[in-house]
Amino acid sequence: MQYIELEQERQPGTCGATHNPWQELRRLTSARIALGRAGSSLPTNAQLDFQYAHAQARDAVHLAFDHAALSSALAERGRASLLLHSAAADRNSYLQRPDLGRRLDPASAHQLRDYAQAHPGGVDLAIVVADGLSALAVHRHTLPFLARLEEQTCAEGWSLSPVVLVEQGRVAVADEVGELLGARMVVILIGERPGLSSPDSLGLYFTYAPRVGLTDAYRNCISNVRLEGLSYAMAAHRLLYLMREACRRQLSGVSLKDEADVPDLASGISTNGPRNFLLAEPLTAAEDA
Amino acid sequence: MASFSHTAGVQTYRFDDLKEVMAKASPARSGDFLAGVAALNDGERVAAQMTLANIELKHFLQELLIPYESDEVTRLIIDTHDKQAFAPVSHLTVGGFRDWLLSDAADEHSLRALAPGLTPEMVAAVSKIMRVQDLVLVAQKIRVVTRFRNTLGLRGRLSTRLQPNHPTDEPAGIAASILDGLLYGNGDAMIGINPATDSIASICEMLKMLDGVIQRFEIPTQSCVLTHVTSSIEAINRGVPLDLVFQSIAGTEAANASFGINLQILQEGYDAGLSLKRGTLGNDLMYFETGQGSALSANAHHGLDQQTCETRAYAVARHFKPFLVNTVVGFIGPEYLYNGKQIIRAGLEDHFCGKLLGVPMGCDICYTNHAEADQDDMDTLLTLLGVAGINFIMGIPGSDDIMLNYQTTSFHDALYARQTLGLKPAPEFEAWLQRMGIFTQDDGRVRFGEQLPPAFRLALAQLV
Repeated sequence: MQYIELEQERQPGTCGATHNPWQELRRLTSARIALGRAGSSLPTNAQLDFQYAHAQARDAVHLAFDHAALSSALAERGRASLLLHSAAADRNSYLQRPDLGRRLDPASAHQLRDYAQAHPGGVDLAIVVADGLSALAVHRHTLPFLARLEEQTCAEGWSLSPVVLVEQGRVAVADEVGELLGARMVVILIGERPGLSSPDSLGLYFTYAPRVGLTDAYRNCISNVRLEGLSYAMAAHRLLYLMREACRRQLSGVSLKDEADVPDLASGISTNGPRNFLLAEPLTAAEDA
Repeated sequence: MASFSHTAGVQTYRFDDLKEVMAKASPARSGDFLAGVAALNDGERVAAQMTLANIELKHFLQELLIPYESDEVTRLIIDTHDKQAFAPVSHLTVGGFRDWLLSDAADEHSLRALAPGLTPEMVAAVSKIMRVQDLVLVAQKIRVVTRFRNTLGLRGRLSTRLQPNHPTDEPAGIAASILDGLLYGNGDAMIGINPATDSIASICEMLKMLDGVIQRFEIPTQSCVLTHVTSSIEAINRGVPLDLVFQSIAGTEAANASFGINLQILQEGYDAGLSLKRGTLGNDLMYFETGQGSALSANAHHGLDQQTCETRAYAVARHFKPFLVNTVVGFIGPEYLYNGKQIIRAGLEDHFCGKLLGVPMGCDICYTNHAEADQDDMDTLLTLLGVAGINFIMGIPGSDDIMLNYQTTSFHDALYARQTLGLKPAPEFEAWLQRMGIFTQDDGRVRFGEQLPPAFRLALAQLV
């Protein structure tokens, strides 16, 4: 955790605060417990650690999408890309008008139509990359994730679109891109809303038979792709599974998700985690030994 | 349908109906722009406020903003309206009502008697022509006291919901946050978990765990797992110890339908909770959450502004004699409340409107990372709501909810409000804190115990 590292760096010279004698509980949760207190308020270290985490999340939200760097890195790997823009002109408009972020601006729609006319026949999977709420996530994870994904799509013989980069895009903009490209399926890689300890989390949203106007019920989500979260390999594995199942059953979304046989870390209460000390019966000497 | 006009200077402003006057009179916020119902400019907004100030309260019983025939929330509002209670203000305009609320005629006693005579639309209307200090001053006159295993909402008291969320519902992780919160004097409103999973089996396990903790340490508080009301009914049917019945609610029938509920289902949840008879001091047991923008996000707002929709949700809430109602003000995001200014105003409006309708209001003083808001804004709203006499706020470790990924008030924040405003926890919980040696509070100051309470020292010794 970032905030713990920083706290350790600043240990000297901050002795006005009262420490909590239950520090060891910290290994049971990543919540900000046992922070200590100055009077009854947050000690300086904890206060600044929080501000730093919030600043990172804010910076991620407002970081501009560096599509040029992404585009040239893709070109080096022999991958073509298209640069489009949503109908949301800037970040302020994006944040207040979700409807605009879900559609392409007229010039982009036109550009994509022209591309589709010049490349008829459609593709199996259209790949869209949008900044969403964290361009940082997209900068960090797009290339390594696509490398893993394309290894597998290539092995299974799926055809792919160029990588379509959309500035100020929301999830549903992928439906318009997929529809205009005549794609059987579309996946969008998009920066998720940054959490205080996860400014760079990438989300993948997958739709079969994409078209403008679909609701979330038609999409499948693979969330929390980042170094501390879901691995690139696991995310690609789950996406390939969804693609095969979607094509077999000709649908995506809620009905597909229910039967997806992929590991779900959030399901159910763990039975093999650490025991609940608050309700545990006191250990006897024998158990203790 | 009536149409309204107002002439200011050389300009005449026209509004087609009451709904338009209400929407355009609303202080500016992003959700009303998103819905396309906001005033076109500041001049039109104030003209709408002037128009609204001249409309009689009685008119709100004639011109219904959502038709009686098509919305069960409207039917509830109209069918339960108490004309006798309304009598003292029935001759007033909205503007006259504001003056009356600020006058000495409006005190704790008269406002309590008035509540059943007010509709949410009247209350929303008057709030639109009130400044922040008006919203604080009038709310501060009102107390809404509720009881389950302790007493909430008394004057000079502020309670906290200990919210020990964990991304995978790990029991030991939840327990760690609970202990941290208790040792900071948090949790008298409830210990309430937002579960990461909706699995009924794990919800039942969490309920049993919370009941176990409350019993073992004899904490005068109540538990809640914030799951769908039908899941709570199922847990009750399975014989699980459940204190408070939770549900998110909104102000229109269509928005409630998007939550998978209606008044009948809420009644079933309320009846199921009552059947357990788990309250020792009282049986107020419904816990509702609301928030401006929820009706619009479900495309179920009928062209109303978001604050009026929100206030209608309190009419739903009060029908079920809730223990607590929580407006989760900044959670929904900047497309509804863009920045700290909008969040602060909305939180104060919600608290005022709820209290005036007789609802025990609390507020999740919160924001997300894509809103233009920060800890300073939350400190401001916390201070204002503390002065306004709010029943309860959230308490989480270090303001950081690691499951829901948003920021709300911390255990420390509640202590700040206690120190600066002299607000104490619920009396039964205050006595428990003193007995356990956690802290005492005299002349406002919080004094922590020197030692870890023995019962909790023993619990910590069970860590392996």
